[in-house]
Amino acid sequence: MTAETRDLLVQILYLVASVLFIFSLKWMNSPQSARRGVMAGVWAMVLGVGGTLANPAVAVSSLPWIALAVMVGGLIGFPLSKVPLTAVPQRTALSHAFGGLAAGLVGTAKYYLWLHEGGEMLTGFRVFAISAEVILGFLTFTGSLMAAGKLQEILPGRPITYRGQLVINFLTLGGAIACAVALIINPQLSFLFPVLIVLSLAFGVMLIVPIGGADMPTVIALLNSYAGLSAVAMGFVLDNRLLIIAGALDGSSGLILSIIMCKAMNRSFSNVLFGAFGSVQESGVEGEGKAVKSATPAEAAEMMEQADTVVIVPGYGMAVAQAQHRVRELYDQLTKRGIKVKFAIHPVAGRMPGHMNVLLAEADIPYDDLVEMEEINSDMAQVDVVLVLGANDVVNPAAKNNPKSPIHGMPIIEADRARTVLAVKRSMKPGFAGIDNELYTMDKTLMVFGDAKAVVGDMAKALAGDSGGH
Amino acid sequence: MNLMLAAAAAAQTSAANQYIPLIFVFVLATFIGLDVIRNVSRLLHTPLMSLTNAISAVVIVGAILVAGHEVDGGQPLWINILGLVAICAATINIVSGFLITNRMLKMFKTREPEKKP
Repeated sequence: MTAETRDLLVQILYLVASVLFIFSLKWMNSPQSARRGVMAGVWAMVLGVGGTLANPAVAVSSLPWIALAVMVGGLIGFPLSKVPLTAVPQRTALSHAFGGLAAGLVGTAKYYLWLHEGGEMLTGFRVFAISAEVILGFLTFTGSLMAAGKLQEILPGRPITYRGQLVINFLTLGGAIACAVALIINPQLSFLFPVLIVLSLAFGVMLIVPIGGADMPTVIALLNSYAGLSAVAMGFVLDNRLLIIAGALDGSSGLILSIIMCKAMNRSFSNVLFGAFGSVQESGVEGEGKAVKSATPAEAAEMMEQADTVVIVPGYGMAVAQAQHRVRELYDQLTKRGIKVKFAIHPVAGRMPGHMNVLLAEADIPYDDLVEMEEINSDMAQVDVVLVLGANDVVNPAAKNNPKSPIHGMPIIEADRARTVLAVKRSMKPGFAGIDNELYTMDKTLMVFGDAKAVVGDMAKALAGDSGGH
Repeated sequence: MNLMLAAAAAAQTSAANQYIPLIFVFVLATFIGLDVIRNVSRLLHTPLMSLTNAISAVVIVGAILVAGHEVDGGQPLWINILGLVAICAATINIVSGFLITNRMLKMFKTREPEKKP
């Protein structure tokens, strides 16, 4: 085979791989075709890697080393795919970190390679693309490591803030951009390149440190987008269309998810990224002194048994307590009695987009019964019992009624319109945002205190014991 | 001297033109991406994220090109080693990303058809 036909073959393989990547994402539009989507993605990757290995520029002598690196990566990657589903947010953040690292390293290697070859290849555009790749790659690397640390609770989940934080952040990013500009003007200023790397790494840390746990869904989506964009930049550096297309798909996916998350919290990007300061000071003065009514799990179970429709609103508390299998038992007991049970899923419930859906699917709850916020709200007045399970801000009526509330304007699941509200909670401590929830003090609300897993388990047991008697 | 400057300027323009098709590809792919992702079921946003995670590990292509660069060129060896580390990082994402996406998707089931009344 001549080098020319080989090159043509590589391009054709890349083309097929690009098409398969697009189909892979397209098939994610429904759960029926989604697994086909995964297969399309796998094939696209195989063709992309195969095409690259067929590239004459890859030295045959390097193949054993490449195989070794792939094996090591596979050995680390395999156990990472076996984590419990409650740990999926931190696993996702961790893999964004690996993606960013890979992009940053390739950009660095390319710069020094071309510099070594005399620097003729380092055109202004290429240095621009390399700088974008390195800044995005390394900031995604450290930023995602921080996010993973917060989600795994190795690092404190609360926002870490200090005086002048915003100024320091902007100076760091500004410094990195200044290095990039200087390198574009004169690529031979190689002493600036390590400075660029260090500033990008530092900016990633500083960007995520002030962001709190409840904003993680947006942040993870945004980091997803950055990882994609760094792949695009790499595509420009290497003149590689497959990288550009796959990176653009990834980048737009992250962008759309973060827009959905922002809308679901009625916040802007800049507010999520830079607005953590002081947002926690709001603390309820008004809710104090109001009495709450409480019920035992058995009493609560009895109320659900009397209902025709029950809506369960899961939140991060369900994930923390790993209560999803108990929820399934409760669901079985209720549906057995002919009671209609639906799950109302708020887009930002949990720590990443779609978090609740995956946990409930793991517990074998059919996805027909998982309903989106907009859909359930129109029927809420006809619902007999709403069971709020470890959710807080997403059912807080203050978002609608109280213009002074920090979450005012955020779309919520309107649990307060149902006939009866049962709220499972550890204690009366306010939720993550530190805001009082007037839902808990309403006349139709009964609090069931305790760990979500234990409480729901008791409810299911009460119903099971009951049905034995009939 | 003037002639050389002109030649350099011409080279610069053609270098810029060379990237225009790539920018087209980027813009069009972004539009396709936005459109396709908008239609993804909200149920599947977590698997979507792990899938795009695996897809963005396509940077392994760049990593292979760097790691596989002929060492005879006399470039320092650590440049190739950076490529190998990048291959390793990307493979972690490919393997764990596709496997966990598949594992999650297997769990999504519809209601079983009603058995006996």
